Amino acid sequence: MKYIIVSKNLLKKYNQICVRTVTTATTRKWQSVVGLEVHAQLNTKSKLFSGAENTFGGLVNNCVSLFDAAIPGTLPVLNRKCVELGILTALALSCKVNEVSTFDRKHYFYADLPSGYQITQQRAPLASDGIINFQVFTPGIHKKPYNKSSRIKQIQLEQDSGKSLHDSELKRSLVDLNRAGAPLIELVFEPDLEDGEEAAALVKELVLIVQRLGACSGRMEEGALRVDANVSLRRFGDPLSTRTEIKNIGSVRGVAGAVHHEIERQRSILENGGKIINETRAWDATAKVTIPMRDKEVVQDYRYMPEPNLPPLRVNLDTKEDTQDIISVPSIKDRIPELPEQSRTKLINKFNLKPEIAIQLVNEPVLLNYFENVIENSDRNPIKLANLLLNELLTVLNKCKIDVENCPITVKHLSDLVDLFLINRVNLDVCRRTFECLVKDSSLNVEEVIKQNGWFLISDETDITNKCLEIIENNPKLVKQYRDGKIKVFKALLGLLAKDTNNKLDMSLASKKMEELLKKE
Amino acid sequence: MNKLTSYSVKEIHKCFRDKILTPTSFVDLCLQRAKQTKCLNAFVTLTDEIAEDHAVESEKRVYIEKKTRPLEGITIAIKDNFCTKNIPTTCASNMLRNFTPTYDATVYSRLVDAGACLIGKTNLDEFAMGAGTVDSIFGPTRNPWQYDKDWRISGGSSGGSAVAVASGTCVAAIGSDTGGSTRNPAALCGVVGLKPTYGLVSRYGLIPLVNSMDVPGILARNVDDVSLVLNAIAGPDVLDSTTIKKDFKSFVVNDIDLSRIRIGIPKEYRCEGMSEEVIDVWKEVADLLENEKCSVEAVSLPHTSVSIAVYSILNQCEVASNMARYDGLEYGLRTSEDYSTEELYASSRSEGFNNVVRSRIFAGNYFLLTRNYEKYFLKALKLRRLISDDFKKVFNDGIDILLTPSTLSDAPLYKDFVSKHNRDQCALQDYCTQPANMAGIPALSLPIRLSKKNLPLSIQLMGPNLSEELLLSVAKKIESLVQFPTLKMD
Repeated sequence: MKYIIVSKNLLKKYNQICVRTVTTATTRKWQSVVGLEVHAQLNTKSKLFSGAENTFGGLVNNCVSLFDAAIPGTLPVLNRKCVELGILTALALSCKVNEVSTFDRKHYFYADLPSGYQITQQRAPLASDGIINFQVFTPGIHKKPYNKSSRIKQIQLEQDSGKSLHDSELKRSLVDLNRAGAPLIELVFEPDLEDGEEAAALVKELVLIVQRLGACSGRMEEGALRVDANVSLRRFGDPLSTRTEIKNIGSVRGVAGAVHHEIERQRSILENGGKIINETRAWDATAKVTIPMRDKEVVQDYRYMPEPNLPPLRVNLDTKEDTQDIISVPSIKDRIPELPEQSRTKLINKFNLKPEIAIQLVNEPVLLNYFENVIENSDRNPIKLANLLLNELLTVLNKCKIDVENCPITVKHLSDLVDLFLINRVNLDVCRRTFECLVKDSSLNVEEVIKQNGWFLISDETDITNKCLEIIENNPKLVKQYRDGKIKVFKALLGLLAKDTNNKLDMSLASKKMEELLKKE
Repeated sequence: MNKLTSYSVKEIHKCFRDKILTPTSFVDLCLQRAKQTKCLNAFVTLTDEIAEDHAVESEKRVYIEKKTRPLEGITIAIKDNFCTKNIPTTCASNMLRNFTPTYDATVYSRLVDAGACLIGKTNLDEFAMGAGTVDSIFGPTRNPWQYDKDWRISGGSSGGSAVAVASGTCVAAIGSDTGGSTRNPAALCGVVGLKPTYGLVSRYGLIPLVNSMDVPGILARNVDDVSLVLNAIAGPDVLDSTTIKKDFKSFVVNDIDLSRIRIGIPKEYRCEGMSEEVIDVWKEVADLLENEKCSVEAVSLPHTSVSIAVYSILNQCEVASNMARYDGLEYGLRTSEDYSTEELYASSRSEGFNNVVRSRIFAGNYFLLTRNYEKYFLKALKLRRLISDDFKKVFNDGIDILLTPSTLSDAPLYKDFVSKHNRDQCALQDYCTQPANMAGIPALSLPIRLSKKNLPLSIQLMGPNLSEELLLSVAKKIESLVQFPTLKMD
């Protein structure tokens, strides 16, 4: 026993020494620390505490109940559906759901906050102590994906505010209360991240999760999911230092950019001997800089107070007994679908996809859905299918400026095309051109499109032989080089062959034939 | 005519049946009385047309459909801090002088469903912050027992409702009770005032003072009428999450055998500044109950003396929060200040609220600052628990009802009352009443006899949560024994 303890201690010491060596080896002076706070709008018909419709893009001030406008004498009534979605999300993120949670008032004066306070759950949140595991992989930045995780401090239910619109020309402000009182969950993450790419990857994973759960549309461009990032720099081993907060970042790439910029900004201040001040900043997505937010310069005291009009929220943690007033957490647990992490593992283990391919596929739920449908009950090659989706289809959609979500191509289209591709009746180039036609007119039939355009590959041996002979005949110089041992020119010959035949030969057959003919003499 | 100040619901319904009165003729009488007693300033708004419409509906039900509802044709008044659709609801404040809600408070809609006819909206201290009905933008309300020269206050903050009932303008009225605002004016005006158990009656539509203590209160000239109104308005309301969810079963006021009732006399309620006459009445009632074979014993509620300070902190904190919505944007007073949004808020709120409201907002925000939260708000919450536990302990020990005074004296003269600061007056006037709000328990003020100055003297009964049936039954017994005189109005 004793021996084990001693060896453990030794091991600890050794590890410390190791760490130190590594630190001195890297010449980086500063370590960046990033923590996120994410607001996600819950996908419910009505608002958190009122019966008004919860929708995006409604007619201005048309989804507003008396309560949402803070008409005196009105009272909040908690929307059960919001609690359910909050719990569902909390469980998917391995949080501990609290048996009793309470609501608080957070006070500040703002034109789009009609009651002068926001109802939130500051002191006893719906859930706490969770974790999110995700993969960090940005093609072009990372060569390989790596695992990362961030702890979740708490998840709380709260109201959204309205929207203020400032008309600087007419010098007036207008308020739209459609969003006032919309249900949000705020997810507070521990400062476990190091850079913008990790932050972006976390947000991307979170979007995928809430979408899977149906808890939130995840549409960052509509403000359905908004990110605040806390950024600070410290010397290795030091405690956390003064942080700045970047508010309301509205896209995944924005998160990466804002955090990256803020780290660099702080680094240059610190390296020039300056000091970081605790402030709130905004991300200017066009100029790609963070800028201080003037109106929030003064540190606010929110004067939190328990919300007296809402009794504590109690849930049943033990049984599946569900009543009008007490929601059963175990029955909600049963409703958790397959999560992105599980999907990736499945793609890697079951279909032998490379991790980076699995990540990219899971990141595009529509493509993943195609993949799963096309691969189901078939022996189609999953790797080729995945590549076709991620390369050819995605390229066509981008080129045609079509949102992946609005992709009109059907599973039948894809299955037909993939089958032709896998038996070499068409090549990738044809696939791409076929996609282009289908995107424009989804009523078309794959085989007809290819036939009508004469895109089927030539796989007839005589035809291929004749073409090869033609190339050999017309390019005596290259042929001579090849036969003199310069094997590299083989590719050039194949290129000429492809070009000459408008990419219509089955190149795997053609290349074999060509080699055979060249070697024959 | 003088019967207006004594009619009970039962008598009125008999008159309807005998056709001595009809709902419309009765409503007309009440409206007439309201106009004759205008000098009392009980009403902010008289709702003649609505009262007449209600009366016509009622008349149809009584004589054509022959289906009489519990409060059929009964005239009521409602404190002007309950929202009433298309009827201005001002809280006696400049801030809401032009505010007309688009919805009805649950209490009001249930009363109308029960057949009642709305005579008008009654005066109060601005946002119900006061104990005299003297701090209203519409001027003070006068006590009908002495309203000419050297007139006396009605008590408050539901003074308008108490005066309307006492002077015979309506049979019953709704007040609100946060620290005694229903029982205090009831006591000073010689009517019965009930503060029900917290959560028994919906607060939906009541413009809040202190959400965790506010209860709609009932004022009527006798205990039976109070219970009729209570049965009409009590019970769960999906629009108020703090209402007790259990189905409501009507209370039945019985002629009870007092010999099995244990009455507690909390010694801490005898405080400095309490008039001899009040103490005498308290003793008289205790003796009277003892004569009726009640067991009457001294009990202790040790935290009573801190209650008023705790009440004051919690009150101001919630006031600061509840008043934050009055920014002049969606409704309420908006000044023409246009330099900035902040300036607009500041000037609207400064013109919209009186000094009392503003100083409570100021103090409340101070208590809620992060650095003070624990020192004041949390500490006050803990003490509130102790005060509430005092009551629980006494009731667990077998006491059924607590007997205390309602106020420290009979109705003060206006000029004496306003010589003291609102804050000091509240600390004094609410002494006996606010502990019940802190604990959420039901409490009732019952007029007993007249003082030497010919003014009503009342006592207060308190019972455990949801003990209204017992409370009302005991009150009814005392009522029948003391025969409190009817106000004679000339």
